[in-house]
Amino acid sequence: MKIPTLKGADISRRDFLRSGAAVATATLAPGVTLMAFGGSEAHAAADADKRWGLLIDANKCDADCDACVSACSKENGWAGEGNPETDPQWIRKITMQNTSTGREVTMPMMCQHCEEPPCVDVCPTGASFKRVDGIVLVDKHTCIGCRYCMMACPFDARSFVHEPVINQKSHAPRGQGTVESCTLCVHRIDKGGRPACVEACEATGHEAIIFGDLRDPESDISKRLAQYPSVALRPDLDLNPGVRYTNL
Amino acid sequence: MTLFIRLALLFAFSFGAGSLAAQERSSLLPDIPAASGEPHAEGNEYWRRNHMDLMKHDRDSTLRDGDREIAASLKGCFDCHAAKDDAGQVVTYESEQHFCRACHDYVAVKVDCFMCHRSTPDGVDEHALQAAILPKKPLDSTDVQGVIAYLNQTESKPTEAGE
Ligand code: SF4
Ligand code: SF4
Repeated sequence: MKIPTLKGADISRRDFLRSGAAVATATLAPGVTLMAFGGSEAHAAADADKRWGLLIDANKCDADCDACVSACSKENGWAGEGNPETDPQWIRKITMQNTSTGREVTMPMMCQHCEEPPCVDVCPTGASFKRVDGIVLVDKHTCIGCRYCMMACPFDARSFVHEPVINQKSHAPRGQGTVESCTLCVHRIDKGGRPACVEACEATGHEAIIFGDLRDPESDISKRLAQYPSVALRPDLDLNPGVRYTNL
Repeated sequence: MTLFIRLALLFAFSFGAGSLAAQERSSLLPDIPAASGEPHAEGNEYWRRNHMDLMKHDRDSTLRDGDREIAASLKGCFDCHAAKDDAGQVVTYESEQHFCRACHDYVAVKVDCFMCHRSTPDGVDEHALQAAILPKKPLDSTDVQGVIAYLNQTESKPTEAGE
């Protein structure tokens, strides 16, 4: 704690365990202790009072447009190599047709950032996790590539990286043997920005994707959700996703 | 533990060796590529001994808590430690001249960082740099001989994944 620029990093494990001050412990069962560390929250950008979400208006989504997909690919440095079975897909366009009326809608699909994420439930290593602000991520440092999360996800939102990767974006590390999915452009959100897909969609004039804080009743997204009908995909599963759709 | 103490001693003795050309070297100690930018306020010894703990601590605060104002990141390292080859071109981790490899090769420590992280500053085209040293992927998956050749090459690359 002597060198302020290195925030906490010069605390040795022993010092850390010795200083009870910032550590809250709770005994869950004999021999099992839950520890919560204070200290870094003050600097953190992930804010437990927020829950980030998207509202996607299928009526405004143009069937011939894939601006959101290409913006995501460019922003996060993933790209297909022409192998549909193994290519990464953080976001994709899907088309749905009502078989009785013939009405067709297209819309982007990505990780729905579930409040009760099955991917996190099944992950054996703790690599799949949900930030306090509701963003679901993979910690590739601990991901062992077992792909349980891919099987558990009802939305097919995750991809496994099959090939060695180079030239990643420094804000979006990704590599062979790990699983990845939409991060809601967490690196932008932490700096006060919006996801790349949202900006790209807006730039085309379609404005089919709105981003905002679902906990803030004054946010644009909350107001629209309060005013107009919307759905969560697979509502039967009760996952309470952060991504919502209208005009499906 | 002993390894680190030995390492620290070796580094202490090797200070300044980086300026000598390979053929003039008087020792077998690692040749650490010169850095640009301001020296570490805490001193090189501190960073040599602690960089892994600093980075591990900060990676967790960034990824889990969204703290982007951290001191120790790989991106931060390459602001100053982007080693160049004899032609003045920035090198990737594939090259023995990469900053991280100077010491890690010396102590036979293989780091996994660059399976996911880029090993050069943002803006450098790693594809162009590595096209020459990475095995070529066969374009056609029905080209069995091509696929076998690719797999053999991949296997023989020491820093390639999946070993
Ligand atoms: S959509 Fe899939 S990957 Fe995303 S949080 Fe839900 S279960 Fe996990
Ligand atoms: S593939 Fe990785 S993130 Fe997914 S369940 Fe396995 S360890 Fe967890």
